[in-house]
Amino acid sequence: MRRLALALALVVLPAEADDRRSGFDVMGPDTQAMQQDDTANPGILWVRDGEALWTRADGGKSCAACHGAVESMRGAAARYPVFDGAPLSLEQRINRCRTTHQGATPLAYESQELLALTAVVAHQSRGLPITPDADPHLGAVRAEGERLFRQRQGQLDLACSQCHDDNAGKRLAGNLIPQGHPTGYPVYRLEWQGMGSLQRRLRNCQGAVRAEPYAYGSAELVALEAYLMARAGGMPLETPAVRP
Amino acid sequence: MPRTLINVPQSVPRGTVFEIKTLVSHPMETGFRPDESGRLRPRDIIHTFVCTYNGEEVFRAELFPAIAANPFLSFTAVATESGELAFHWTDDHGAIHTETARITVT
Ligand code: HEC
Ligand code: HEC
Repeated sequence: MRRLALALALVVLPAEADDRRSGFDVMGPDTQAMQQDDTANPGILWVRDGEALWTRADGGKSCAACHGAVESMRGAAARYPVFDGAPLSLEQRINRCRTTHQGATPLAYESQELLALTAVVAHQSRGLPITPDADPHLGAVRAEGERLFRQRQGQLDLACSQCHDDNAGKRLAGNLIPQGHPTGYPVYRLEWQGMGSLQRRLRNCQGAVRAEPYAYGSAELVALEAYLMARAGGMPLETPAVRP
Repeated sequence: MPRTLINVPQSVPRGTVFEIKTLVSHPMETGFRPDESGRLRPRDIIHTFVCTYNGEEVFRAELFPAIAANPFLSFTAVATESGELAFHWTDDHGAIHTETARITVT
């Protein structure tokens, strides 16, 4: 069985070797085991909360009233951000549904409710490859994201790419620098002792180089998300991932 | 109300040692962290966890402020007879949360 699986893996492997590594591949075996066990992965607590919110009627209608079972969201998170009048992150899509379809108030970024809904939607795509949306409007958005990724910023005058492209795999003080793939968001980060969105993660990295973080929901953060998701195209989604 | 994840085998051969894993959502606020205004946030931790097996206590743990949020506990018991495992968490508000799991001994 093992040998068969290996043979299959060899067949589907792309011609050129893929040296991209998710944060999962480079973290310790204990943290990996925690992520893979659904009764030890604390991110599952948010997924369960999200399942409950999915069927709760807010502003008269529940998410389920229009979308049916949450399983219908399979594949959605793997395509985000998308373009719908403007570039839209998954969180923004959920809030747009709340305001325009549900008649409810938008949820605050990093609120437990928005994290839970994002987690349960993204969880439906666990194991699916990231498939960047084909909408041609997104080309310029990704190009802007790449420009920001390569732009030096902050008092330390460092670009994202200097850590995540040029020095990935090396250590920054005690921390291993990952390649910076957005494969598991929202994630349960042990250092945060809680769940956090991709934008929280990116703002954290900006703080680390003493730059002023872009605002939640800003065009800059959505552009960075769009670039990072394209950069990680084909890699499997892990939500909810655990990260150190 | 806290949310929990419990991992207990559904059936275990008599006399076997089996593993029990529990995870509970809780902020485990240490009492040492200031809020935005500089005042200390009041301590709010789960300080006691007890597991009973058909009513008899088989495991107890005391928890302290240095334990991270959403505490995960794993421990073992010996399968003696079919019945119910009950898990009780007590925090600084006294709020007790109880969860149960059935186990069949074969
Ligand atoms: C000084 C080096 C450095 C810079 C500059 C930096 N990061 Fe990071 N980044 C890290 C480290 C180290 C981690 C791993 C988390 C930790 O240990 O703090 C990380 C984590 C990440 C992750 C999470 C990966 C995962 O597996 O979940 C993403 C995504 C990311 N960074 C994106 C960015 C972006 C976008 C920028 C630019 C705005 C940036 N980083 C700038 C060092 C850096
Ligand atoms: C009144 C009906 C309605 C309700 C209620 C509703 N939605 Fe939607 N949702 C839609 C429609 C219609 C779309 C397609 C995009 C659009 O037209 O806005 C959509 C799109 C989405 C998408 C994007 C799917 C994709 O494949 O891109 C997500 C994610 C989503 N909704 C999540 C939610 C969540 C979470 C809730 C509850 C907080 C919710 N929706 C409540 C009607 C609804």
